[in-house]
Amino acid sequence: MSGRTHLGMPSFPDASRTSTRNTTLRANLGHATRTIRGKRDRAVAELADWDRLRAAGAAVKDRTLRHLDHYLEQLEERVTAAGGRVHWAPDAAAARRIVTDLVRATGEREVLKVKSMATQEIGLNTALRQAGIAAYETDLAELIVQLGDDLPSHILVPAIHRNRAEIREIFTTRMGDWGRPAPEGLGDDPAELAEAARRHLREKFLRARVAVSGANFMVAETGTLVVVESEGNGRMCLTLPETLISVVGIEKVVPTWQDLEIYLQLLPRSSTAERMNPYTSTWTGTTDGDGPREFHLVLLDNGRTDTLADTVGRQVLRCIRCSACLNVCPVYERAGGHAYGSPYPGPIGAVLTPQLRGTGTALDASLPFASSLCGACYDVCPVAIDIPEVLVHLRERVVEGGPATVRGTRTTIRPAAGHAAERAAMRAATWLLDHPGALRSGQRLAARTRRLHPRRLPGPGAAWTATRDLPRVPAESFRDWWRRNRPEEGTDR
Amino acid sequence: MSAREEILGRVRRALADVPAAEKPGDVPVVRDYLRVHDELTPGQAARLLAENLAEYRAVVHRTDTAGIPGRVAASLAARGSRRVVVPAGLPEEWLSAAGPEVERVPDAPDLGPRELDAVDTVVTGCAVAVAETGTLVLDAGPAQGSRRITLVPDHHICVVRAPDQVVCSVGQALERLDPARPLTWISGPSATSDIELSRVEGVHGPRLLEVVLATDR
Repeated sequence: MSGRTHLGMPSFPDASRTSTRNTTLRANLGHATRTIRGKRDRAVAELADWDRLRAAGAAVKDRTLRHLDHYLEQLEERVTAAGGRVHWAPDAAAARRIVTDLVRATGEREVLKVKSMATQEIGLNTALRQAGIAAYETDLAELIVQLGDDLPSHILVPAIHRNRAEIREIFTTRMGDWGRPAPEGLGDDPAELAEAARRHLREKFLRARVAVSGANFMVAETGTLVVVESEGNGRMCLTLPETLISVVGIEKVVPTWQDLEIYLQLLPRSSTAERMNPYTSTWTGTTDGDGPREFHLVLLDNGRTDTLADTVGRQVLRCIRCSACLNVCPVYERAGGHAYGSPYPGPIGAVLTPQLRGTGTALDASLPFASSLCGACYDVCPVAIDIPEVLVHLRERVVEGGPATVRGTRTTIRPAAGHAAERAAMRAATWLLDHPGALRSGQRLAARTRRLHPRRLPGPGAAWTATRDLPRVPAESFRDWWRRNRPEEGTDR
Repeated sequence: MSAREEILGRVRRALADVPAAEKPGDVPVVRDYLRVHDELTPGQAARLLAENLAEYRAVVHRTDTAGIPGRVAASLAARGSRRVVVPAGLPEEWLSAAGPEVERVPDAPDLGPRELDAVDTVVTGCAVAVAETGTLVLDAGPAQGSRRITLVPDHHICVVRAPDQVVCSVGQALERLDPARPLTWISGPSATSDIELSRVEGVHGPRLLEVVLATDR
């Protein structure tokens, strides 16, 4: 990511009003999500024990979360014993400072990045740039996002909102600013575009001295880190530089080596719909003569312990970032990832972001409402996170307020602004439905003035029409139509 | 208070609902998933491995131990490879049919990425291969060398000995592997689907993965 950040973004309804009218975006997203949905269904159907794997995947994560302190201490001890150094970051600022200091200590002014949700979450690239350190994204999609001065819009395929013509344009105009320029006469065939990225990035891989990664899993029993990827850019960053810094959320720990048999089946089939992703790398500390000489693990809290304190929301920390929930979500498919204003878009973002960041901003308070509660996300989730349950729980928190943990402290939060009007409207509707005469008169008046109606309500009603178009009022109410056509039966009761 | 104490303290406070006497093992985990998905004979496992590798567009050659040198030499010749990286512990006979015009570059700690970029092919063995998923696992042991040698060159020839090195499932592979070693799991050549979800092979790792599956008995 370049200078842009997810902070200060408009609320979900505002952002999605623009994005749902972008026909290129909707065509790109519709094509991509349809394709991957079909492939995933086939990959999952191959395993007769999928439901049992899924239940075990959820149970192992629950065990880990309920004893997270135990597993983190065990992990630290094993990583240290294997030659790594462990750092603890309570928040994003601490993590940025730790990484920046570690890079400075090497004397280097550039680092390679393996695609990592955690480093996006903490805004690492911007912090490094402000410290005079260039951070190069090496995942093809992240490269497209970085060169395009854009934001990622999907967990797995961050440039899913771009088509090949747009990518060709970005490569042609921007690659030269970051290193080796795109070749003359670059076409828009995916293979040709990938080749241009390969040449552009190879120069960086061969000279890199420092790399920053995340990790998909950390094994407490052995101190092993695991990175799952497709392109090999991860392998390049994990093995060629002299110093490797991994920034990993504390919830990524799993108890035992053998537990990986669950997640190495659940993750690839759920995310890329493959039996196995092309490359998985595991490392335990450092190894003489093979890979980095220095390894640093930065354990990131940044709202995860607040999430852990919520007994309903805790299950969200099971997430293995497969992105299956994005690809089945009708809201994500139409609104696109940017509307969620966070590195975590889609259904998982709607439950994770307001827990990591709190519900204090209009954007974060709007996210639990960015769903139709259709439940498709729960059905596909490989670790069985009941996303609809958490959405409803968080909606209640936004509307009613109540107890929550914010930066480690128990507190009582107040209802979010804007929801008072909704409550008033509900009270008015209740009264109207209890008074059929008033309702009938109102409906007739509404029908006669229908051409004058605005698309959005003014005043307190604006909060309601901010998230939906006002329905068109019919020329005649159903009750009047019934009376006209069934005079012998029709009476108002 | 250190950051470590702060985070661990927050974790403990967050878990106030967990009874103090509860041990991690008290949280139930039912492991009734399948150890393997189909009971396969060694011959069927080798065949499934070959099929799944091929589906990822790896090139698979079936032969026996005696056929390895000829097959490796033919693959090197077909690719026009003149410089080959050789990891320590690679059986000498595997390259015995490659002529003297093929230069052997030994894997060594001082073999830098730029030198590696200038070689044509790497020949290795593997630690274990997983039939169900079409996966080769390298553990930096004998005949496999450091992780970078199977990454930077554009052409990787990997010899798999069946049935000894072939298991059916991911779980069986994990049981055999030592987590203290750096591991690389390879399922087909490097690939991306980042552009309109069209699969493109060979973004950064070897563009061509050839597997010599040597079955005896």
